[in-house]
Amino acid sequence: MSAIIHGAGAATALTTFHSKKLVARSRTNLPGRSKRCIVASGSDDGSKSFGSSSSLSLRHSHKLIPNNAVATKVDTSATTGHELLLFEALQEGLEEEMDRDPHVCVMGEDVGHYGGSYKVTKGLADKFGDLRVLDTPICENAFTGMGIGAAMTGLRPVIEGMNMGFLLLAFNQISNNCGMLHYTSGGQFTIPVVIRGPGGVGRQLGAEHSQRLESYFQSIPGIQMVACSTPYNAKGLMKAAIRSENPVILFEHVLLYNLKEKIPDEEYICNLEEAEMVRPGEHITILTYSRMRYHVMQAAKILVNKGYDPEVIDIRSLKPFDLYTIGNSVKKTHRVLIVEECMRTGGIGASLTAAINENFHDYLDAPVMCLSSQDVPTPYAGTLEEWTVVQPAQIVTAVEQLCQ
Amino acid sequence: MATSFSATLPLHGSQENRLLLPPIRLAPPPSSFLGFTRSLTIPSSRRLYHAHAARRSPVVGVQEVVKEKKVTNSLVCILITKEEGLVLYEDMILGRSFEDMCAQMYYRGKMFGFVHLYNGQEAVSTGFIKLLTQSDSVVSTYRDHVHALSKGVSARAVMSELFGKVTGCCRGQGGSMHMFSKEHNMLGGFAFIGEGIPVATGAAFTSKYKREVLKQDCEDVTVAFFGDGTCNNGQFYECLNMAALYKLPIIFVVENNLWAIGMSHLRSTSDPEIWKKGPAFGMPGVHVDGMDVLKVREVAKEAVTRARRGEGPTLVECETYRFRGHSLADPDELRDAAEKAKYAARDPITALKKYLVENKLASEGELKTIEKKIDELVEEAVEFADASPQPGRSQLLENVFADPKGFGIGPDGRYRCEDPKFTQGTAQV
Repeated sequence: MSAIIHGAGAATALTTFHSKKLVARSRTNLPGRSKRCIVASGSDDGSKSFGSSSSLSLRHSHKLIPNNAVATKVDTSATTGHELLLFEALQEGLEEEMDRDPHVCVMGEDVGHYGGSYKVTKGLADKFGDLRVLDTPICENAFTGMGIGAAMTGLRPVIEGMNMGFLLLAFNQISNNCGMLHYTSGGQFTIPVVIRGPGGVGRQLGAEHSQRLESYFQSIPGIQMVACSTPYNAKGLMKAAIRSENPVILFEHVLLYNLKEKIPDEEYICNLEEAEMVRPGEHITILTYSRMRYHVMQAAKILVNKGYDPEVIDIRSLKPFDLYTIGNSVKKTHRVLIVEECMRTGGIGASLTAAINENFHDYLDAPVMCLSSQDVPTPYAGTLEEWTVVQPAQIVTAVEQLCQ
Repeated sequence: MATSFSATLPLHGSQENRLLLPPIRLAPPPSSFLGFTRSLTIPSSRRLYHAHAARRSPVVGVQEVVKEKKVTNSLVCILITKEEGLVLYEDMILGRSFEDMCAQMYYRGKMFGFVHLYNGQEAVSTGFIKLLTQSDSVVSTYRDHVHALSKGVSARAVMSELFGKVTGCCRGQGGSMHMFSKEHNMLGGFAFIGEGIPVATGAAFTSKYKREVLKQDCEDVTVAFFGDGTCNNGQFYECLNMAALYKLPIIFVVENNLWAIGMSHLRSTSDPEIWKKGPAFGMPGVHVDGMDVLKVREVAKEAVTRARRGEGPTLVECETYRFRGHSLADPDELRDAAEKAKYAARDPITALKKYLVENKLASEGELKTIEKKIDELVEEAVEFADASPQPGRSQLLENVFADPKGFGIGPDGRYRCEDPKFTQGTAQV
């Protein structure tokens, strides 16, 4: 996995700049944040060299490493690390945090004896007991509220929604209590819960099991939302979410649980508020998250063959947006395409479009284009389902259109 | 009227009293945590006729019980000591005076919004909360001023919160319906009904977790207060199920004051006897006269002891009444004047005063001293609240997140909370 290097040296290696000033990162004064540079093995896929200093990587590789994630995909030829599937990465992250802090517990339907309907909590009940990995009855509102009450009184629950759509039943608790109690209590009670579960369009699961709840939750003040997309960031975000004092909603995707990747053996966490650079480029910025990242990368292959150089960023943090990474990209490429699985109306893409227009309007050479799912309940029929979701061909067409 | 759930109340051992409070037998003690089954034998012999009838007063007041005892026993069985009696009296007077002052302040334009007063229901709050320790938790609804006061939150802090001042218990950010105190384990204050019940269940879950997973000595119980209207809400039933299933140390206290704003309990509930819903989930259901603080206290003692011993939850239905409207915005035109008069005659404070004086536990003078002391306390609270500053602009963005990094990274690469305008409350977030 490549490293990003802090400082002007690396910045100039990247590209030619827009004439406007690029403000250097200056985050060292934030309390509690350790050195941003991180590390690990040296080479990436070879296309870019960041001039890293190997002494830096050696020094940091043994410590807990917050990843500021301007990384390309994991280099599978690296010697350290182990390969696993995304759901195993989530499980590993969860297990490590449960080992580390006895206050971390899990609650949800079928998380215990059944091992989780997507096997994310497999084996945990045997190891930690039935109270730490609690099989709840089917009462989302009540057990989410129970998790919130437990968090207020000292525990750190990880609440699983068997499918994100079921959390609609818990909306009362998530909006009113999870998001707001820290504020309405004047800061007296913290609610360090993690609410996680799979969402997104699967394979013909029908309308109700194919929902994208990120758009419904995004307006709730007081919560953070992140979406994982690779085993690496799944584990990292899970750990970061559990450690965070804020309530965090971690969106997983039903179709991504079997992705395989090699991840580091040493402990690491990902930063909850940062976006991930998937593929640096020059011509256009493509912002995406979760499963659409893979559709975008498929489209990127085609685009590269056609001579385009897209920059792909996995925004990861759905609330709040990492406007620094996104902004730097916009300032470089001047064109933005957002590709998401969320609904067109009121989705994450809609909010992101507004944020980009508001903050980076001067840097844009073309209007921000947003490809989202159709405002349609996801049909059962395979062909119809395919047409509700953004496909690589549409992404290619959109890029060609924007780059004219 | 059926109910009451244990025969072991020490002072109700006589023949006569057994008629008033028939005991029921509980099933034998606890079994393992997971999916236990047990049978609960509750005598179903008494079915009270309810449909469309005005409510009966099946449980008699303290005065009658005392009279009974005086007649049958040469020794007078007193339920409380003098010290306890004075504590209870003071707490109820505090609740009443405070709420009366709230009404005054509201009409003078010192507090706004929805303010729900507790007049008439003091016996429930005092009866339960005065048995709790500081580390026990209380969860309430929007009618939470008196629960907060009974739990130990100072009158100053509550009044300032109502005035929206920075010295309020929630820094002015919560208001009337969100009284929280970490120090006193007052877990709120919730505006939507039923919302607090899962939170209370969670607090009870933490107690159990501390005992069984963290192996700490934890006997903390949680008391959840809510009304009759809430008992038709799904969250109530979901939590009764989980509390009984996991044997959580929680007491569900229904303050059945018969009215949910303008909706009579009898018009909205298929079976108005709420206490019966407890046994349906595997926990004892008890009905008690909520206008009688001593009766409430006796039932509360049993329920709290059960919870501390790890025997699980109890559902207690307190028959009570609110003397004022649902909130200060409610003209209260729907309720029958005769009904109001009937319950006004059962004012819990008057009843306790009479009990204390007649049983020579306290003199009128001592009680008057308490009343005066409380009057001064409440006046002082108002002065304090008046003199306190209002929150400044800088407070706007604080407390939204426990970790303000949650506001994210701005276009300049810095976390937004590092922006100096953030502490001024004017940062763009």
